[in-house]
Amino acid sequence: METTSKLGIWQRVFGKRAQSEVPAADPAPVLQPLPGSIKLLDFAPNDPLVAFFQTNPGVVDLERLNLDSGILRDLRASEIKLVLPLLSQGELLGVVNLGQRLSDQDYSSDDRALLGNLATSAGPAVRVAQLVRQQQQEALARERLEAELRIARLVQQTLLPQELPTLDGWHIAAHYRPARSVGGDFYDFIKYRDGRLGLVIGDVTDKGVPAALVMASTRATLRGVAYDYDSHNTGTPDEYDNPGEVLARANDLICPDIPAKMFITCFYAILDPQTGLLHYANAGHDVPYVRRGNTTIELRARGMPLGLLPGMPYEVAELQLEPGDSILFYSDGLVEAHNPQHEMFGFPRLSEYVAAHAGGAALIESVLEELEVFTGPNWEQEDDVTLVTLQRAESGMMKDEGNQVPQSTVLSPQSSQWQTLAEFHVPSAEGNEREVMERVAAVVAPLSLDTARVEKIKTAVAEATMNAMEHGNKNNPDLPVHVEVKASPKLLSVHITDEGGSVPIPDNPAPDLNAKLEGMQSPRGWGLFLIKQFVDELNIITDEKHHTVELIWHLDGKE
Amino acid sequence: MATPLEAIVRQQPNAAVIDLKGDIDGAGEDALQKAYAEATALKPHAVLLNFAEVGYINSKGIALIVMLLAQARKSGTRLLTTGLSPHYVEIFNITRLSDFMKIYPDEQAALASGG
Repeated sequence: METTSKLGIWQRVFGKRAQSEVPAADPAPVLQPLPGSIKLLDFAPNDPLVAFFQTNPGVVDLERLNLDSGILRDLRASEIKLVLPLLSQGELLGVVNLGQRLSDQDYSSDDRALLGNLATSAGPAVRVAQLVRQQQQEALARERLEAELRIARLVQQTLLPQELPTLDGWHIAAHYRPARSVGGDFYDFIKYRDGRLGLVIGDVTDKGVPAALVMASTRATLRGVAYDYDSHNTGTPDEYDNPGEVLARANDLICPDIPAKMFITCFYAILDPQTGLLHYANAGHDVPYVRRGNTTIELRARGMPLGLLPGMPYEVAELQLEPGDSILFYSDGLVEAHNPQHEMFGFPRLSEYVAAHAGGAALIESVLEELEVFTGPNWEQEDDVTLVTLQRAESGMMKDEGNQVPQSTVLSPQSSQWQTLAEFHVPSAEGNEREVMERVAAVVAPLSLDTARVEKIKTAVAEATMNAMEHGNKNNPDLPVHVEVKASPKLLSVHITDEGGSVPIPDNPAPDLNAKLEGMQSPRGWGLFLIKQFVDELNIITDEKHHTVELIWHLDGKE
Repeated sequence: MATPLEAIVRQQPNAAVIDLKGDIDGAGEDALQKAYAEATALKPHAVLLNFAEVGYINSKGIALIVMLLAQARKSGTRLLTTGLSPHYVEIFNITRLSDFMKIYPDEQAALASGG
């Protein structure tokens, strides 16, 4: 909220003398001088005149005042005669200052009555205008934040593995649940040429776009380093081919570029699926638990988080995984989750829980259920929650069940339950939106949506395609509009991409039919309006080359 | 797949009816304007747009209807509609076109309204 001292003060100085005596070096002229001149006065909030204005509404005759006030002296020096404080709910919002009348006559009682009436209505009106402006600024800030979150979410979800590796005799499962503000969690799998598998789980400090970008570069660095070692490997793993070396080199590469105060915790393990031998190193990440029988083993190894100091060593440890062993890798979003009593979920609870429950994908589901019970129904998730399990089959078991049970399960609704229903493109030529519309309608037909829903989908798809052809691709038939239709159990998403990136899609104000009929607005401009009316969510993603409009409908019946 | 718009004018006791057939999109402008000029030349109380044979109206088509409506209001001619599918009735409602041109379930009802 602005304070009185910062407010612009409307000071109209009427009168010839006042006009001629305005100092040349006016500190902050807010308007071009009209008959008089206007200048900005700074009101110290503790000046006694402010208190006087607040307690004496109505016109104030400066000549009759006897106060030791700097403002009063300034006003008199500017030959102000009357001051009209503008108040709203006791707060001084501004003042209207009047100098001598142009006619040199005194102000009449009619003048004063008029000014009194003006003050009564102007104060609240100014207040309303201030509130409206404040709300507009807040709404703008919220929109910006939302856009950032969408980008962060997009980066994260694009870079998490879309498929999990399948290994004979092993079962891998993963779950990623982003917080609303999107943390920097990630996990990754790296396939070595000799059949070994690298497993990464990490967490970037900070949230939002910065965390997502650091996550993206860390993931790429780790991959690069691991593949580099792998490509120099001449058959048998050498002394440098271990997870500690991967972390040490990645750390040296990350350190020079990472923004101050950010770092990454990361656990890196290399599994030999033939022997069950696991080598691992840890850059300050939460220690994974191995369930063996009804006990837990902690995978401890010393090492600093990545990105703090270059030249750090990373201890390498190993564990022989036995049939039936199961590892849970997790992020701090799980252990640091709070319940309504502000208690943390914590490591002891997790360790006990792992010891007492079956491993693998079932463990992920049961840990999530336990977390839900712990946090209660109204939990606002503070941080990303990432869980990855690696389980070695009981001997002989996997062969029998292998044909029925998929060996990898992705439980993340955000990334991998999406199924692409169709992908195609059309040239940018008027009328082609009909083709896109009919094709999308045919593709979604098996979803058995009601007719009204399908009509809405068709209109939104047609309008988005028209915008892409006309505004994005400038009706150039050589430029295609790319269409992708995807569905998850809960959502239908249609992506419509043009080649006209770099220039953002303008978000025109809602069309106003009255203005259009009066000729004050173009009769056109209905496209984006119709799209917004007929989708459940609308995301616009712009990069250097493309715009992608993402249209989303909820399939659970809620519109 | 697009079906070019055809617009045929019929004179009825209370109104001039424009039977529309095909798609109302940007390409329909000439057909629509021509039919509207023909209809108003009959000096009717009202012009009834019959959408029964229209399968597709896009945002450019909406713009054409807005232009017709602006002309009609200038000349004091009432515009009425019939034959809109429920989806396009919804579009006429959310764009507020229905505030300015009454939607009738069928031609008879529209003509019976006195035009």
